[in-house]
Amino acid sequence: MAVKSGVWLHAVTRDADPCGLDGLTGIGGCAVRTVQAGGLVAVVSSVDLAQFGEEPLRRNLEDLDWLETVARAHHTVVEAVGRSRPVVPARLTTVYRDDAGLRAMLEQRRGDFDAVLDRVSGRTEWGVKMYAAPTASASEPSGTSSSGTVRPGTAYLQRRRAQLSAEDQRWQLAVAGAEEVHAALTGCAAAARRHPPQDRRLTGRTEPMLLNGAYLVELRDSGRFGDAVTAQAARHPGLHLELTGPWPPYSFVTIEEEPPR
Amino acid sequence: MTQASHSGAMFGPSSANPATSGHEPANLGDILERVLDRGIVIVGDIRVSLLDIELLTLKLRLVVASVDTARQMGIDWWEHDPWLTSRARGELPAGTAGAEALEAKAGAEAIEAGAEAVESGIEAEERRAGRSPQPASRRGDTHPVHRQVQRG
Repeated sequence: MAVKSGVWLHAVTRDADPCGLDGLTGIGGCAVRTVQAGGLVAVVSSVDLAQFGEEPLRRNLEDLDWLETVARAHHTVVEAVGRSRPVVPARLTTVYRDDAGLRAMLEQRRGDFDAVLDRVSGRTEWGVKMYAAPTASASEPSGTSSSGTVRPGTAYLQRRRAQLSAEDQRWQLAVAGAEEVHAALTGCAAAARRHPPQDRRLTGRTEPMLLNGAYLVELRDSGRFGDAVTAQAARHPGLHLELTGPWPPYSFVTIEEEPPR
Repeated sequence: MTQASHSGAMFGPSSANPATSGHEPANLGDILERVLDRGIVIVGDIRVSLLDIELLTLKLRLVVASVDTARQMGIDWWEHDPWLTSRARGELPAGTAGAEALEAKAGAEAIEAGAEAVESGIEAEERRAGRSPQPASRRGDTHPVHRQVQRG
């Protein structure tokens, strides 16, 4: 049986200059190539449909090793493409049967791609995750009651209530702090998005994530953005901030961000 | 500025400047979150429905810190567990309808019906975006309002 191949879309850009793409490995270990149409350049991998067809793809996505390999390969290409030119990353598993199908899509969505490429041009994405700092005194309520007339059980409950109220207060301060940090960082960015906080089993941290933010920042302002993160961390000792990036602008390429005018 | 690698720098009250922090390869969870949940949605010829992807990310959100960590924890049940898939399908009326509508609409002639298919893709994306603030039943305890759970 002949091996049927498909076209895996990594990213779309405008610049046909293959600089930096030479020898770049895509999915399946082969070099990436480009498909051009409508003034756009798609960077793709040729993939075996026995592995990347609809049914096998669905099955393979459940295999974490497979998924990790593919996700990292895809991300590596997107990142390489975006290193020196504006890039629109495609979501994982965007596959065409042939170049003609991909070209038709590029022609059709040329306007969308142009708008998004304009938006991300000269900018990069930074991720900032915020956690409540671990509480210093989360021990059992203890200590002596100041009032000798209160029964021990009542005293315990009173101390417990005070402790819970203090925790609640600390929590609310942390949430308010995260809002402040997000507002401040948004002020340093061309655009900002909040993603659902990651589960603790994903973050590997005991403290809940308060905010999972993405910030689109001018390349020349990257240093300033980092300084702003540092300054916010200093201002909010109740929060832990984690900065990741620079990322290709994954969070800023959805079309619904700019409704049709 | 270099984009050669990602840093995952932590900032407490006494932090270093992010620009000078050590570089580590990007965390798998961060990569998966981006390549699966973000990035432009285009209807290709070969489709894995958004529902499938959503279920996948749901599972990942619940399970994966990193593949290594998951293995250390002996977690591999997502590969064999029909419960998550069947049960979660039942719990996703809006997502199910959306994803099926997308699939049905995209149909066999995705390219020919391209404009429509793309439109429904965008609608599905908007629904996804709109649904994100209600994670309680579908996304596990990913939202801070569930703090009492996390505090035991």
